[in-house]
Amino acid sequence: MTISIDSQDSNPKSLQPKGWLRYFSFSLDHKVIGIQYLVCGFLFYLIGGTLASAIRIELASPMSDFMPRDVYNQVLTLHGTIMIFLWIVPVVNGAFGNYLIPFYVGARDMAFPRLNAVAFWLIPPSGLMLVASYFIEGAAQAGWTAYPPLSITTPQSGQIIWIMSVLLLGGSSIFGGINFIATIIKLRRPGLKLMQLPMYCWAMLGTSLLVVLSTPVLAGTLILLSFDIVANTGFFNPVLGGNVVVYQHLFWFYSHPAVYIMVLPAFGLVSEILPVHSRKPLFGYTTMVFSIMGIVVLGLVVWAHHMFTSGTPPWMRLFFTIATAFIAVPTGIKFFNWVATLWGGKISINSAMLFSCGFIINFVFGGITGVALAQVPFDIHVHDTYFVVAHFHYIVYGGTVFIIFSSIYHWFPKVTGKLMNEKLGIVHFAITFIGFNLCFAPQHWLGLNGMPRRVAEYDPQFQFVNQISSLGALLMAISTVPFLVNIFLSIKNGKDSGDNPWNALTPEWLTSSPPPVENWEGEAPLVEEPYGYGNPIYQENQQKKR
Amino acid sequence: MLNKNFYLILIISAVFGISFWIGFNVNLLPAEASINAPIYDELFKILFIIGLIIFIGMTIAVIYSLFKFRKKKDQLGDGIALEGNLSLEIVWTIIPSIIVLIIGLYSYNIYDRMGGMKELNHSHEMITSNTEKIWAGISQASNNEVASNNLSVEVSAMQFAFLFNYPKGEFISGELHVPVDHKVSMKMESKDVIHAFWVPEFRIKQDIIPGQPTILNFTPTKVGKYPIICAELCGPYHGGMRASIIVEEESDYKDWFNKNTKTGVSL
Repeated sequence: MTISIDSQDSNPKSLQPKGWLRYFSFSLDHKVIGIQYLVCGFLFYLIGGTLASAIRIELASPMSDFMPRDVYNQVLTLHGTIMIFLWIVPVVNGAFGNYLIPFYVGARDMAFPRLNAVAFWLIPPSGLMLVASYFIEGAAQAGWTAYPPLSITTPQSGQIIWIMSVLLLGGSSIFGGINFIATIIKLRRPGLKLMQLPMYCWAMLGTSLLVVLSTPVLAGTLILLSFDIVANTGFFNPVLGGNVVVYQHLFWFYSHPAVYIMVLPAFGLVSEILPVHSRKPLFGYTTMVFSIMGIVVLGLVVWAHHMFTSGTPPWMRLFFTIATAFIAVPTGIKFFNWVATLWGGKISINSAMLFSCGFIINFVFGGITGVALAQVPFDIHVHDTYFVVAHFHYIVYGGTVFIIFSSIYHWFPKVTGKLMNEKLGIVHFAITFIGFNLCFAPQHWLGLNGMPRRVAEYDPQFQFVNQISSLGALLMAISTVPFLVNIFLSIKNGKDSGDNPWNALTPEWLTSSPPPVENWEGEAPLVEEPYGYGNPIYQENQQKKR
Repeated sequence: MLNKNFYLILIISAVFGISFWIGFNVNLLPAEASINAPIYDELFKILFIIGLIIFIGMTIAVIYSLFKFRKKKDQLGDGIALEGNLSLEIVWTIIPSIIVLIIGLYSYNIYDRMGGMKELNHSHEMITSNTEKIWAGISQASNNEVASNNLSVEVSAMQFAFLFNYPKGEFISGELHVPVDHKVSMKMESKDVIHAFWVPEFRIKQDIIPGQPTILNFTPTKVGKYPIICAELCGPYHGGMRASIIVEEESDYKDWFNKNTKTGVSL
């Protein structure tokens, strides 16, 4: 049986622009789309980061003196929305998923290349629309959660544009999810079994299931909310008999799984990076697969832990406490397995490895505060405070963003055929790690001692700790400089990396770097042991397959 | 081999020792001023110690691996081809499950002691006796369980202030005055958007939801003035939406009450 897994399109790829122009085209090449996602996401990361800096400048003093109060609320709403929907979700799913999944399953492209391009091209306009809403009548100012009735009573234009933008981004996410599921299930190279797939495929399968199951709920909820805003319906508006708590349930039915949509792909990526740089097989492959699926199932039934101080009956609080705390078990299994992967390896300490290890340390910390937050009595005190802000930044920044950087260092040679500068990479890691912990660790204390989140002014006794946090934020802002310099220097005059600079065994390295348009010159290789390090037989086999 | 085990035991006991020391000696919480607060702090201490043990242990394991198993210069080849270990997997599935289960049961116990589980009966009674639906909250037991001793306050929240209505005295105050060691039951309602009532020193918080009254009961144990903070984003001046709760001796409270009351009835 030959591999006839090309797209249904007869001959589109040869007609597309070459060189840098293709990144601005409606390209159907999964690798081009992956880079489009990554660069687009990074640009929005810079915008979201600028907004974060503005927040930290405002909070360096206890008075609301840097910007008007309503602008502050717009800034925090845009910061959250941009970072989640335009940076982390598109990059860990769209960028790396598109680039890597077809290689991992041994295909020449994704299952639906046109849908893929549509999914990407929904992002820039909806992102620009969201940012532009600030210049119309002011952006949304009800937080990224957009709880009614606040979202109904604040200026309408900003909130409606916010809803439109999130709906489009959700649509993009669903298209991507369907595409990943179809590609992983149906486009596998003949002979390649599910349990031979690299771990990132499993992570993306789990994530895509969550996307497909939960994102439509958010879409429906936001459509009802927009009716409440423009058509005076009363779904959530208490003045008209609506129920505000129902909105919270529906919103978190998506937005808690969204946390796993942001971290599961990172779990997959780190499972690819650690074995390569520690020259050891991924420890406990089968349990890793089961723990991903365990997280997917549990992740769907924990949403109400975001609402322990809203009106929820006690038995529900209890159920959601237990379910949430149990997510720590499959998550813990993954972390123990990663440490066991490092154990006894021959570890190269490079930028990719440092960011991955930074991820493990930060995420364990965020996970521990997460288990604490799952306990109702604990949460009742710290809910909606800076403790929660610190917790989720440890998960999404200390966790996922660290892995995004780690992955960029790891796959940069694959995409460009050039090596990145290791010294600058280590400087980047050091500033990011110190800045991040300086920024967010003190916020736990702030929350415990009485500083609520989303405030522009606070009790003057918290000023010193807030200034430490702002100093950390400054370091985080500075840390993007060595990274950007490194990227541009390496693209321009980076050292030639060869096809497989890390001697990795996963399939994407078994073709030239950068890869040809249809991924392989000949047939896609059958990689039965993507983590066969330390076993000379597999290594020889892989060499032959090239 | 003996040497290796010796070091391992030494490191593990050091991790436990440091974690317990920090857990018992580092206080990250504000003053304890209600019956709830010491119960909460007990839970916090336990979670803090368990968390520290896991965090310090994992961090040491990662950093140790990076140094110990670092590839030497011009060293080629791979690490050991170890793909897994079933008994290890079982161990690190079962032990965390047990820890999580124990924490869950323990925090259930804490929640019950805080009065969190009592609330269901309370609201049930309210539904049968009264058509008005009361929503969740904490209904805490007090030191002196005599119901008539309870102080009832109606809280209304609006952008951007709290108002406290004392129904027995028929007056409204911008400050919440309560006598020490008396159970206070609050029925809270919002006039516009969602707010929250939070007193960090009491370790309690409850959203105030428009259209659905919520209840919150507490018993202050320490005389003093504490901040009441709105914890739910409610608009541009959310950060400034604060009030004070003044816990005072019963006689002081009565004086204050009598000065304000219109009915002449005290308490």
